[in-house]
Amino acid sequence: MCLAIPGKLLEVSSENGLRMGRVDYGGTVTTACLEYLPEAEVGQYVVVHAGFGLSVINEAEVERTLAIWKELYESAAQQGVDIHGRKLESDTTTNETPEESG
Amino acid sequence: MKFVDEFRDPDLAKQILGRISQTVTQPWVIMEICGGQTHAIMRHGLDQLLPDDISLVHGPGCPVCVTPLEYIDKAIRLSLEPSVILTTFGDMMRVPGSEMNLLTARSRGADVRMVYNPLDAVKLARENRDKKVVFFSVGFETTAPNSAMAVSLAKRERLDNFFLLVSHVLVPPAIEALVSSPGNRVNAYLLAGHVCAVMGWCEYEAISTRFKLPMVVTGFEPVDLLSGILAVVEQLESGTSCVENRYERVVTREGNLRARQLIEDVFSIVDRRWRGIGTIPQSGFALSSSYRNYDAETHFGLESHVVNEPANCISGAILQGLKKPPDCPAFGKECHPVSPLGATMVSSEGACSAYYKYALTTQRK
Ligand code: SF4
Repeated sequence: MCLAIPGKLLEVSSENGLRMGRVDYGGTVTTACLEYLPEAEVGQYVVVHAGFGLSVINEAEVERTLAIWKELYESAAQQGVDIHGRKLESDTTTNETPEESG
Repeated sequence: MKFVDEFRDPDLAKQILGRISQTVTQPWVIMEICGGQTHAIMRHGLDQLLPDDISLVHGPGCPVCVTPLEYIDKAIRLSLEPSVILTTFGDMMRVPGSEMNLLTARSRGADVRMVYNPLDAVKLARENRDKKVVFFSVGFETTAPNSAMAVSLAKRERLDNFFLLVSHVLVPPAIEALVSSPGNRVNAYLLAGHVCAVMGWCEYEAISTRFKLPMVVTGFEPVDLLSGILAVVEQLESGTSCVENRYERVVTREGNLRARQLIEDVFSIVDRRWRGIGTIPQSGFALSSSYRNYDAETHFGLESHVVNEPANCISGAILQGLKKPPDCPAFGKECHPVSPLGATMVSSEGACSAYYKYALTTQRK
């Protein structure tokens, strides 16, 4: 029941007086009730649970969270250590933070 | 996939793991409440990667697993009524009742239908006015808003042939019961991300303060889970305890206010029995008086019979974090997903099924 993957809202409609939407999970499209998400807009990502949208992904928070980790990497890497203060081996991958976040 | 891949980044996960190892100095027991998180932990093998000092125990957050046997029996009894179409989530179909499961009832002529969304059950009621459509509504605060919406829609449309068989439970009273139980050995909790998406985390603040427990709202991807574990370990090691949110992109302190409002209108809080655990005071929902006409138990006059569990199934201890699935003598032998003895082997959120599905492969690595 706990489908944790957020889907992209493709379309908003109304059915029996309820706000409904079509949500795309990387190619699989399902219908969800959006009554609890009056603010959700097409193009945004939503968390759906048993057919109901419960939350709109806060993209600013995604960027913030990833930026915090990235900063930790980088400031540590500049000093030649990882974020725990251990010495970096040459040519590690620790600087590769995911690019797209928003 | 966007907002998934970033939180599965193995380099980032490694960094957080390293930080956990550096922080931890003594043994800690951490419980993840949600069965979806248990599955994610096992699937990504996180339990194997954590320092030995950290043991994860699995909580009661599997809706199917904690639905009491007598409610499965009630659903089966209802489904065998010729006038009834019994609808429920797919996971409920194979849960063993005391004599059979819903699939067996169906093979004996019962009209049992699997729905993905309770609104589909309302649709069935609309299209089959000569039938009584019952939605067997189980789960935590995550599914309660859905059933609340379904029954309020039925009321609005004056559908007198739609009913809910309600067996809903709540997380905070269950945590309080676990913490207060004599066998408790859990030092900190990872709170269920989606339950908090609905309810927020205010309710947990009092529990955290009262029992001096670190509690962290946690998501479902490896980076989310490790970040949640790091946050509780930091609290444990520094001797602090509060509620923190590490699922910021989804959860806010107040949760989803619209969903909470409708839940409050439709349901009232009652004592509930939990399968394998027993009765926990004020730990679940029943339909409130203004929705009594939609209550299947009242309408069909269903009486409660307390039914005993099969003696060889230890799922109660597993749901309380006292035992792990491999401790069960039947695990992988008499009990496996094809012929499950207990609900924790059936559900896609049950700990036994998670171990069966992933642990055996992890051990081989
Ligand atoms: S392995 Fe089967 S019998 Fe053992 S606790 Fe789990 S569900 Fe019950």
